[in-house]
Amino acid sequence: MRNSTSTLSMTTPEDLSEALQLLADTDKKWIPFAGGTDLMVQLESNLLDGADFLNIWGLFELQGIEESDCEVVLGALTTYSEIRSSEVIKSEFPLLYQAAGLTGAKAIQNRGTIGGNIVNASPAADTPPALLCYDAELLLSSSEGQRWVDYQDFHTGYKTHALAPGELITHIKLRRGQEKKFNFYHKVGTRNAQAISKVLFCLMVQVNNSRIEKFRLALGSMAATPILMDSLRDAFEEQEFGSDLIEKGLSILNEELSPIDDIRSTGAYRKKVTLNLFKYYMEKIYVGLGQ
Amino acid sequence: MKKRSFPTRVEGVSKLTGKSKYIDDLKFPNMLHGVSVRSSVPRGKIKGVSFKPGIDWEKFTIVRASDIPGKNVIQVILDDQPCLASSHISHPGEVVLLLAGEDREEVLKARDYVELDIEASPGIFSIEDSLAKKEVVWGSDNIFKEYTITKGDVAKGISAGSQVIEGSYSTGAQEQLYIENHGVIAHASDDGSITVWGSLQCPYYVQQALREVFSLPPEKVRVVQTETGGGFGGKEDYPSIISSHAALLSYKSKRPVKMIYSRAEDMEVTTKRHPSMSHIKMAVDKKGKITGLDFEFFLDGGAYATLSSVVLSRGTIHAAGPYNIENVRVHSKAVATNHPPFGAFRGFGAPQSIFALERHMDVVAKKLGIDPVEFRKINVLKIGDTTATGQSIAEEPGYHELFSTVDELMDFSEKSKSFAIQNKKNPIVKKGIGLACFFHGAGFTGSGESYLASIVGLEATRDGQVVVKASSTEIGQGANTIFSQVASSALGISEQSVIVARPDTSNVPNSGPTVASRTTMVVGDLLEKAGSSLVSTLRTTGFLGEVYTEREFFEASGKYIDQFGSLKSYVQYKQPPGIKWDEENYQGDAYATYAWAVYAAEVSVNTLTYETKVDDFVAIQEVGHVMHPTLAEGQIEGGVAQGVGYALSEKVVWEEGLMKNSQMTNYIMHTSADVPDIRVYFEEKNQNYGPKGAKGIGELPMDGPAPAIINAVQNALGSAPHFIPMLPEDLMEFMEASSES
Amino acid sequence: MSHKEEFTLKINGETKVFLAHPMERLLDTIRSDENLTGTKEGCGEGECGACSVLVNGKLVNSCLIPISQVASSEIETIEGVANSESLAPIQKSFLENGGAQCGFCTPGMVLAAISLLRDNPAPNLEEVKTALSGNLCRCTGYKKIFESTLICSQMEDQQ
Repeated sequence: MRNSTSTLSMTTPEDLSEALQLLADTDKKWIPFAGGTDLMVQLESNLLDGADFLNIWGLFELQGIEESDCEVVLGALTTYSEIRSSEVIKSEFPLLYQAAGLTGAKAIQNRGTIGGNIVNASPAADTPPALLCYDAELLLSSSEGQRWVDYQDFHTGYKTHALAPGELITHIKLRRGQEKKFNFYHKVGTRNAQAISKVLFCLMVQVNNSRIEKFRLALGSMAATPILMDSLRDAFEEQEFGSDLIEKGLSILNEELSPIDDIRSTGAYRKKVTLNLFKYYMEKIYVGLGQ
Repeated sequence: MKKRSFPTRVEGVSKLTGKSKYIDDLKFPNMLHGVSVRSSVPRGKIKGVSFKPGIDWEKFTIVRASDIPGKNVIQVILDDQPCLASSHISHPGEVVLLLAGEDREEVLKARDYVELDIEASPGIFSIEDSLAKKEVVWGSDNIFKEYTITKGDVAKGISAGSQVIEGSYSTGAQEQLYIENHGVIAHASDDGSITVWGSLQCPYYVQQALREVFSLPPEKVRVVQTETGGGFGGKEDYPSIISSHAALLSYKSKRPVKMIYSRAEDMEVTTKRHPSMSHIKMAVDKKGKITGLDFEFFLDGGAYATLSSVVLSRGTIHAAGPYNIENVRVHSKAVATNHPPFGAFRGFGAPQSIFALERHMDVVAKKLGIDPVEFRKINVLKIGDTTATGQSIAEEPGYHELFSTVDELMDFSEKSKSFAIQNKKNPIVKKGIGLACFFHGAGFTGSGESYLASIVGLEATRDGQVVVKASSTEIGQGANTIFSQVASSALGISEQSVIVARPDTSNVPNSGPTVASRTTMVVGDLLEKAGSSLVSTLRTTGFLGEVYTEREFFEASGKYIDQFGSLKSYVQYKQPPGIKWDEENYQGDAYATYAWAVYAAEVSVNTLTYETKVDDFVAIQEVGHVMHPTLAEGQIEGGVAQGVGYALSEKVVWEEGLMKNSQMTNYIMHTSADVPDIRVYFEEKNQNYGPKGAKGIGELPMDGPAPAIINAVQNALGSAPHFIPMLPEDLMEFMEASSES
Repeated sequence: MSHKEEFTLKINGETKVFLAHPMERLLDTIRSDENLTGTKEGCGEGECGACSVLVNGKLVNSCLIPISQVASSEIETIEGVANSESLAPIQKSFLENGGAQCGFCTPGMVLAAISLLRDNPAPNLEEVKTALSGNLCRCTGYKKIFESTLICSQMEDQQ
C-alpha cells in the first residue's frame, strides 16, 4: 500500500562513470538504488521521503564474479542467487554461500545484492559476518578515484559507515586459499525462510597440528553493527587448541557481548545462544582434531 | 475410504488464472479512497480535532460522529462500541474521523495533518489488572460476561480424589493473517439506499450493522461478498466496522468509496484471538479416574464487548474436554482491557480452554506417574456418558480406536518411552512425543441455530441450471464446491448444472453466518432438504418420474416453470426434536453433535538454540461422512499449520495496547520451509447429522496442535511451559528457571 | 520532483508503453495501469509473495521493484500462464490436488512453482519447500501445494 512517490526522484545513469559523476553532486540527497529489497521496504514506511535515488541496478561494471589466482572479486551488484550459483563461492567460501541461501527466499535472492546488504548496514544482515570472517576488502569508488578499505573498518556505528560523500561500493574482494578450515555458519532466525536473524554465528578456524593458525568469529544481531571478535582472534591465534581455550573464549564472549532486546528477540537469548553455539562448535572442532 | 471421484473447486479455475476479482481488484467510476484517522493512545477523552494547514481540506470528504444519520454504534451483541469515537477513546487505533479523497496518496498524506487532541488516561492491558479493577474501563466492573457450568458437586468430587493437582495456563493473542487485508467499496445512492461490496464472511451481519448506522430498513441495505482471500473468523464481525465507515464517507460525498487496509493497519486494529488465562484444580483417584474438575477460565475481550460473550461460551463449554467427569465446575469471565477488541478466530474460545485442559492432563499424568494416554483412556467419554453441561452423548466417539490409530501411525507409546533413553545419549537435541484428545461442537451453541433460523433456497432456471441461494460465503474452505455437491446429489443432476449464487443480501436468503463449523453440516443439510423437496414437487406434479436422467430433470423443470412461472424450494432450519438447552444454567445439549479427535506431535528441542521443531504431526478425527476428501484434508492441514504457529511462533508483541510487530516480517507465521509433514486421517463412523452424515470440521484442527506440541516438549525435557506461544526465548527462560529450582 | 517518464515493458508477450513516475512499483503498473489484477498485494514489503511475477524469467516481488528498473524487460504474470484453451499443467495440478483455497496467494504461488520447475524440472520435496518459501499461504498448511507441484513435475508435459 504505497504512499507518495511525489517527493522522490530516480535517475538512471548509463554507466559507472556517469553514476560517479552524479554522486559527486553532493547537494542532492543521493541514495544508490540496487535491487531495492531494503529500500522499497523503507519507502513503504515513509522513511525516505525526499530521496534522490540513483538507479545503479543496470551498471554492468558492478556485476559478475571474477576469479584470479589469488582472489575472487564480486561486483557490488552480485545477487544472492548469483552467489548461490557460483562454483568458486560454493567450494571456497562456504560461509558466504550459506549466508546467501538463508537470506529471504528466492524472490529476494534474485534481487538483493551483496553491496546493498553491506551498505544497508543492518546488524542483522546475513552476509556481513561471512565477509568479516574472510577479511573481505571493499573497493570504494568516486569521481575522484578509488580506494580499498578493510570491510572490518567499514561499519562505524548503527547504520553509519565509512563511505565518504560521493563514494559508492563497487567491488568486494575475497582472498583465495582459505578453504582448508573449519567453517560454521549458523543463523538463528525467526523462522526457516523470510527470516530476520536473531543470532548470526559465523566461525572460521584454521588449525595446524593442534595449533590455531587463523581464528575468526563474526556475529550478527549482537551489536549495533556486524562484529568481528578481535579479542578472540588475538587470544586464540598461535595458541594450542584445548578445552581451557574454549573456556577462555566463553568468558571473553560473556564479558564483551551485550546485545539488546527488540521485537524479535531478547538480549539474554542472543547472548546465551551465542555462547552455546560457540561451545558447541569449538568442541566439535576439538573432537574433529582427534583430541 | 472407497475410491470416489470428486469435483474440483468450483471457482478454482478462476482463482488459478488470476481472473477472480477480490475487492481491491475492482475500480468504480468516480470512486474515492477512504482512510481512518485513529487514536494513538489507548484510553482518554477526546478534547478536539484540528486540521493543520498545508492541506487543501476542501478537497476531502470528512466524516465525524455527528455525521452519522442513525445510531453511532457497531451492532454486534451489545451496543457498546461506537462507529466513530466521539467522546472517549478505549483502545489504540480507535477511529475518530474518516477522510476520503480522489487520490489515495493524497488522502494518506492528509491524514497526517489531522491532529487529535486526546487527554490520555491510564489503560489496562492484562486479565489480572482488569479483574483487580486497577482501572474500571468498561461498565461497573470490567466484566463483559460470566458463566458457570455445574455438574454434580465439585467440592465433593475434589475431596474424593486421592490427589488434587492444580495448574495455571495462559495463551496469547493470535492474528488471523488472511493474506487479503480487509477492504470494502461502499455506495450510498440518491434514493437513500446503501450498497457495500467487500471481503467478508457474514453479509447479513454487515447488513444489520449498516441498518443501525443509517436507520434503514433491510431492503435499503445491500451487502455483496466479493471473492474473499481468507477469513478464519477475522472477517466475521470486523467488516461491519469498515463497511460502516466506507458507507458514511459515501453517504457524505455521494460517491463510491473504497477502503482497503494496509497490512500494518489490519494487524494493529482488526480483531485477533482472545488471550486467555486458566486455573485448573483436578482431583484424581487411585485408579486414575478424575473425580472432580474445577476450572476457572478468563478471556481478555479488549475494549468492547463485540463477540466476547459467545467466544467465552464456546471456551467454557469445551473446558472440561471429552471426558466423563462426575463433578465439574467451570466458571468463566470475559473481561475488558484497552486492547483493540478481540474477536472470532477459528476455534472461537475452544483452543484456549482445550490448551489448558490438555496440558493439565499431561502435567497430572506425569505427577501421578501414569502414561498420559492411559490416563485419558480411563476418562474419555463413551456413548451414553454425559458432558459437563449434562449432554448425553448419543454416538460412540471411539477414542480407544483413535488412540490405537495414533499408536499404529507413530509408534506413539514406544516412542514416548524410548525417547527418554535416546535423549540421555544426545545432549543437544531432545526428542519428544505428545498428544491432545479433544472434541469440537459443530454449529451454533445451544438454541443458537434455532434462533438463527437459517434459510436456504434452490431455484431452477429456464436455461437448465439450478441456483443455490444462501448467504454462506466461500472464503477458501470450499463452501461453493460442497454446496454444488450436495445440491447435485439431492437433485440427481451433475455438479456442472448447479450454480452457487454470489452471496448478496438482495438476492439470497439469510442462511446464517459463515462461522462455527456450520456451513457444511447445518446449511448443507438444509440444502439437501431443499433439493429433495424440489424433486418431490416435480414428481407430485407429474413432470418427473421415479427414475430420471439429467435431461429429463431439466425437461421437467422447464415444463414446470412454463406452467407455474418458477420452480423454487426454500427450507428453513427447524430444531430437531429432543434437543434441550437451558441458557440460564448452561445445561443440556450444547451442540447437536461433536467431532472427536486425537492429534499427536513428535518434536525435537534444540538445547543450544531452544528451538522446537515439529518433526511429525498426525491428526486423526471422527467427523462423520467426509464430503470431499481433498477439501477436508485441506481444512485440517491448514488448521494444523495455524495451530503449530499458535504454539511456537505467532506472538503479538504489545506496547500500551498496540501491536508493535504489525508486519509480516515480525509476526511469525510459518513458511513452506517451516511446516511439518501433517498427516490427516478421518474416521467416518457416526453419520447422524448433516448432509449424508457430514459433521462440521472447520474449527476442529485449531484445537489440538498447541497442547500436543507442548506436551511433546514435556516428554522431551521432563517439563514444559504452561503457556503459548512458546518461543525459543520463552523456552530458554523456562529451562533456566527449571534448572535453578 | 514529481515527473513521469515513458517505459516500455513486455507484459505476457505484449509490448506496452507506460507513462509513469520512475519509482512507481511494478505491482501498481501491472494492477492499476494494465488492470492485470491477478497479481495481488498482501503486505507491500516483499514478505508474503502474493505479488510475485517473473521478470526476464526470474521470480521477483513486484512490490519491491520500481518500474524504472524493469524498463525493456519481459514480465510474466498469472494472466499469461494459461493459454486461451487450457490451463497450464501447474494450474491443472493445483486445481486437481487442492493447491488453491482462498486463492489470494495462488497467483504468486503458481509463478513461484513455475520458476522452480523451469530451473529444476524434477525437484524433491525439500527443494519445493525451499523454492516456495517466499510465498506465504495461510489456508493450506502448504501440503497440497507441495503435492500439486511435485505431481506436476511428474507429468509428462509440465511447463
